[in-house]
Amino acid sequence: MSALLRAIGAMTVNGIWRLGFMARFFYALLRYSGQSFRRLPLTIREIYFSGTLSLLIILVSGLFVGLVLGLQGYDILQRFGSSDALGIMVALSLLRELGPVVAGLLFASRAGSAVTAEIGLMKTTEQLQAMDMMAVNPIARVVAPRFWGGVISMPLLAAMFSAMGIFGGWLIGVLAIGVDDGAFWSQMRASVDFRYDIINGVIKSFVFGVAVSLIAVFEGYDCQPTAEGVSRAITRTVVSSALAILALDFVLTSFMFRGL
Amino acid sequence: MSRTTLDLWVGLFVALGFAALVFLAVKVGSYAGASGGTTYAVEAAFDNIGGLKARAPVKSAGVVVGRVGAIHFDSHSYRAIVRLDLDGRYEFPADTSAAILTSGLLGEQYIGLDPGADGEVLKDGSKLQITQSAVVLEKLIGQFMFNKAAETPPPAQ
Amino acid sequence: MALIASGNPLVSLKHVRFAYGAREILHDVDLTVHRGQVVAIMGGSGSGKTTLLRLIGGQLQANAGTVEVDGQNMGRLPVAALYALRRRMGMLFQFGALFTDMNVFDNVAFPLREHTALPAGTIRDLVLMKLHAVGLRGAAALMPSELSGGMARRVALARAVALDPMLMLYDEPFAGLDPISLGTIGHLIRRLNDALGAASIMVTHDVQASLDLVDYIYFVSEGGIVAHGAPADIRASNDPFVHQFVHAEADGPVPFHYPAPPMASLLDGARA
Repeated sequence: MSALLRAIGAMTVNGIWRLGFMARFFYALLRYSGQSFRRLPLTIREIYFSGTLSLLIILVSGLFVGLVLGLQGYDILQRFGSSDALGIMVALSLLRELGPVVAGLLFASRAGSAVTAEIGLMKTTEQLQAMDMMAVNPIARVVAPRFWGGVISMPLLAAMFSAMGIFGGWLIGVLAIGVDDGAFWSQMRASVDFRYDIINGVIKSFVFGVAVSLIAVFEGYDCQPTAEGVSRAITRTVVSSALAILALDFVLTSFMFRGL
Repeated sequence: MSRTTLDLWVGLFVALGFAALVFLAVKVGSYAGASGGTTYAVEAAFDNIGGLKARAPVKSAGVVVGRVGAIHFDSHSYRAIVRLDLDGRYEFPADTSAAILTSGLLGEQYIGLDPGADGEVLKDGSKLQITQSAVVLEKLIGQFMFNKAAETPPPAQ
Repeated sequence: MALIASGNPLVSLKHVRFAYGAREILHDVDLTVHRGQVVAIMGGSGSGKTTLLRLIGGQLQANAGTVEVDGQNMGRLPVAALYALRRRMGMLFQFGALFTDMNVFDNVAFPLREHTALPAGTIRDLVLMKLHAVGLRGAAALMPSELSGGMARRVALARAVALDPMLMLYDEPFAGLDPISLGTIGHLIRRLNDALGAASIMVTHDVQASLDLVDYIYFVSEGGIVAHGAPADIRASNDPFVHQFVHAEADGPVPFHYPAPPMASLLDGARA
C-alpha cells in the first residue's frame, strides 16, 4: 500500500518537475527566438521540412475524410429528408473539429516525430554540445527555428486539410450521389460564419501547432542521449501530442462554441 | 538542396495554405452577422422564443437581413428580450413586426420581419412593438385536441 | 620541442571539487597549462577526466575551488562572457560531432559564418585553407556520412581551429582510429598547436601515442591527480599506478577484480 502511494507520489513529483523544466525551456525558447526571424532562411528551411513535406499526407487524408463525411452524412441526412444540408455538415465538421484535430494528429506523427528524432540524434552525437562549445546557442540556432517552422506550418496545413475535405464531400455528394450543386454550396455559405467557424478553426490549429511543436522540440532536447532514448522520445512526442491536441480541443471548444 | 529550390517549395506551400484559407473564407463561409459591414441593433420582446438560438438568421421576405445577437430573460416583464443585429444596408419602418418562424416542419428557427407602413425607420436601440412568439408544437397539438373535443357534440344520453 | 612554461598560465585549476549530487567525481584537483604546451590528461574509463575537460570548457561548474581560463573564473562567468571566451576555444569531440545535415565545407564554415561578418569569398578561402591544413581540401563537398572515422575527426579539427583558438580541448582524439589515422591526428594536434601558439589539453587513455606528442602529463584516478610530469619522467617513474598504466598491466593499484568477497568464502558457503 505504502509502495503504491510512494509510486504515485514519485510520479507526481516527477511530472511536476518535468512540467517546470518544460516551462523554463519554453521561456528560453521564446527569449532566443529573435534569431529565427532575423535569420529567416533557418526558419524557411524548417517550414520546408515540417510543412511542405507534410503536404501530401495532409491533402490525401483530407480528401478521404471528406469522401467518408460525404457518404456518412448523406446516409444520415437523407433519412430526415434534408440531404441538401450535406454541405453544412461536411463544412462545419471539418472547419470546427476534424480539420484542426486530424491535421494536428497527422502533423504530430509526420513532422513532430521527425523534429524529435533530428534534435535527439544531434544531442546523441554531441552536435548540440559542439555548437554550444563554438559559442552558438543551440536553442537559438537549432530549437527555435524548428519550433517556429512548425507553428507557421500547422494552421496552413489544417486549412488545406479542411479545403480538401470539403472538396471530397462535394465529389461524393454532388458528383457521385447527385445532391444539388447550388443547394450544397448555398446552404453551406448560409450557415458557415467566417469569424465564428473559420477563424475559430484557425485559432485551434494555431494552438495545436504551438503545442505539438513545443512537445516535439522539448522531447528531442530532453531525451537520453542513446539510441534507445531517442526512440523513446519519439514515442513520447507522438503520444503526448495526441493527448495534448484532444485535451486542448475540448477546452477550446467549450470556450468557443458555448453559445450554441 | 539549393536555397532557391527550397524557397520555391516553401513559397508554394505557403501560397497553397493561403489559397485554402481564401477558399474557406470566400466560398465556404460568409461574413453574415456582426463581422464585415456595419450593423444596428434593435430589441424585441417575445412571450416565448421556443428553440431560437443566438446567431439564428433574421429574414425579411426570405432574405437574410441580420442575425440574432443575444437573448436574455427580463425578470420584470417575464418575457424574453431578443437583440437583433440588422445589416446597416437595410432600413425598416418603425412599426415592423417580428415573428419567430420555423424553416420547414423540423428545421431551424429564425426571425421573420414583416415591414409596417410607418414613415420613421428603425434605428440603433429601437424596440419592435409587435411580436409574435414561436409556435410550440406541443401547445399547438394540445389546442387542436381541445378544440376537437369541444366541437364534438356530447354523446346522446 | 617543449616550450619553456613561463608567465601566467592559460588554464589553472585550484582545489577543484565536482560532484553529481552525492556522487563525487573529482576532488582537490590542481592543474596548470601554459601557452604553447600540449598537455595530456590520462586515466582509466570513468576516472573523471572527461568531466575535467568539461569544467575547463565551462560546460560544468565546479562545486568548490576555481577553474580559470585566461584569467577568468569559469564558475562565475555570465553567459555572454562565457560565449565570448568560447569563441577563443576549440573543442574536438570524441567522434567529431560534425553537423550531419551539412557537408564538410559548411561544417568548417559554420563558426566563421556564425561569428564573423566576412564576405563569402573570404570565408571560402579560409575554409579551404583550414581543410588543406588537415589534408582534406578535396573532400569539401562530401557529407559527414561519406567520411571515415579518421577523416571525420580531421574535418572536426579543421572546424575547431577555424577561428584560430588560443586553447584547444581534445576529448579522446585517438579513440577508435587505425594506426595511420592515429598518427595523422597526433601529428596534426602538435602542428596546429605550434602554428597557432595555442595551448592544448587532451583527454586520452592512449599512452604510447601521447608520450611522444605531449609536453606534460597528468594522471587521474578515482577523481584525483595521482601523478604528473614530463614524458621522460613518466617513462622512468616508479609510481605503481603510472607503471601499471604505462605498461598496460592487468592488475596493480587499479585492481583487476571489482570489489567482492573472497571467492573461497563464496565456495564454502555454497558447500554448506
